[in-house]
Amino acid sequence: MTAPAIRTTPRPAARRWTRDRIERRALKVLRWVVLALFLIATLFPFYLMLLLSVKPIEALLRDPASLIVAFEDFTLDTYVEVLSPQSAGGQGFLSFLLNSALVAVSSVVIALLVAIPGAYAISRLPFWGHRKISALFIASYLFPAIVIAIPLFVLFTRIGLRGSLVGLVLVYTAQTIPVAIYMMRNYFETVPVSIEEAALVDGLGRIGVLRRISIPLALPSIMATGLFVFMIAWNEFLFALLFLVDKREQWTVSLGLSQLSGSIEVPTTVLMAGSVVLTLPIIIVFFATERLLTGGLTAGAEKG
Amino acid sequence: MTAATAPPRRRRTLAQRDARTGLALVAPTLVIVLAVVVVPLVWSVLIAFQRLKLINVGRQGIFEDLSVDNFARVLTSPSLWSSLGITLGYTAGSVVLSIGLGLLAAMVVRRPFRGRTLVRASLLLPYVAPVVAVTFVWRTMLNPEFGAINEIGQNLLGWTEPIPFLSQARSMVDFLGAEIPVPTALLTAIVFEGWRYLPFAFLFLMARLEAMSTEPEEAAYVDGATPLQSFRHIILPQLLPVIALLAVLRTIWTFNEFDDIFLLTGGAAGTGVASVRVYELLTVQRNVGAAAAQSVVLALVLVLLLTVYVLLMRRRGERL
Repeated sequence: MTAPAIRTTPRPAARRWTRDRIERRALKVLRWVVLALFLIATLFPFYLMLLLSVKPIEALLRDPASLIVAFEDFTLDTYVEVLSPQSAGGQGFLSFLLNSALVAVSSVVIALLVAIPGAYAISRLPFWGHRKISALFIASYLFPAIVIAIPLFVLFTRIGLRGSLVGLVLVYTAQTIPVAIYMMRNYFETVPVSIEEAALVDGLGRIGVLRRISIPLALPSIMATGLFVFMIAWNEFLFALLFLVDKREQWTVSLGLSQLSGSIEVPTTVLMAGSVVLTLPIIIVFFATERLLTGGLTAGAEKG
Repeated sequence: MTAATAPPRRRRTLAQRDARTGLALVAPTLVIVLAVVVVPLVWSVLIAFQRLKLINVGRQGIFEDLSVDNFARVLTSPSLWSSLGITLGYTAGSVVLSIGLGLLAAMVVRRPFRGRTLVRASLLLPYVAPVVAVTFVWRTMLNPEFGAINEIGQNLLGWTEPIPFLSQARSMVDFLGAEIPVPTALLTAIVFEGWRYLPFAFLFLMARLEAMSTEPEEAAYVDGATPLQSFRHIILPQLLPVIALLAVLRTIWTFNEFDDIFLLTGGAAGTGVASVRVYELLTVQRNVGAAAAQSVVLALVLVLLLTVYVLLMRRRGERL
């Protein structure tokens, strides 16, 4: 029988250099250094985007390394040029913005209309084959998007949907619905069953329960999902390229920017203004909704 | 499914009615996803077995003259294997980089400080911003003639000449007297991918860290564990499941990534990943059959990779 080993040495006195003290000191400093580096690396490209968009191209070529804009150089003409229609000698981004907004908002509305009932059914209602549905969705993600694009291109050409924004909305909703269902399903599961059962006993049907109880309670998650769909639809590039490239009046902002950045005629600074125009709405939407995405709305819904 | 021929007088049970409602609610989802995703996929696989040019797609029968010619051509072409190699390198590099950086960022903002909410939101920007805009800024920033990075490098860091980050396939770097070939453009693309998807890993890891109990750490501290030991033996093991999930998701997405490379380099300078090659087969050569065959091969490689990964995880006793 040996006595269990007990640490008899007291902790070293505070002024001795122990590994613990060295690590703590170093980490304290390193933490701020690393944080600063992360912020610089993240924000620098965005700062540059903004900076180059308010300079004339001559100022950029004169001093490429300058990270500030001189007072006499400051201009907003780049924005005027990028937004005004082609007939007025501009690049027509204003109409691209309208196209993008139309596509993104329609995609959000349709995806939510379809995915909310779907997510509710998968989380709550026992029906045949809902395991299989999930497996099917996951399997379809293993292929690059361009594979789906080949037959869709042909199909849409034949039914006259290629070159129209309707076809684009259809593709975006189909691509986002599985993820949207996945995002909302988990949230519907957290709604206490007893609330729903009480409502059923009180005479509501399933659809009534969904409309009056589950949806209001799951609102934060629905907002988050809507934001996600909006982001995908606003930023998407490949399908817009394949379907709309020969119809300039239908271009989305993403497509317009990528098409024009290959051309020599349009100055870099004007295109930077275009990048700001493309990026700003999504950042505004993101920061505005970020606050709404807090949970905890179900607290107190049930009387104990 | 309930029998629709149930006698009309008997009211159905709640479970039966729920099952019917459930199917009705899922129906729109199924219709859209089947029509726009699943059916085109199956059709694509069929196209892979046919001799097709873009012009006559849809004009011939769905099951007409199936053959494996496309696969024979794709599998014997050297460009497939080189692009597959590039894709694997690009995927591995980007996944490791984005998860590693995301983990570091999540640890750094773990303890509350003033302005943490704003910092966290700012760190998510690269993931939220449109890919066309950020690739354009990167291309401008890295431009050898008027790019800010090259100018700063030459003025402050003493570079002798601008580095063509996105247009150079290889550069010889002198390291300890040995000439080492470095794939410049591919490395730049990997760094970009790491930068763009760091927020994604950061978001997942942050959520897991928030939910973690601090008690084991406090206990370890009492037992004399230093911060690094505590990270290595207490925090990291708890994060591993999330890291494994992230690795799978990011591998699938990076493997099929098209936009980033296409917009950054157009697939030139040794960055021709497989999905860009598929796009070229489709648009430049107009050979739909070969494009479809190449994507089927790609998907198979990806399934193989994931299977190996899952098996490795199983053997280590981890669950996905």
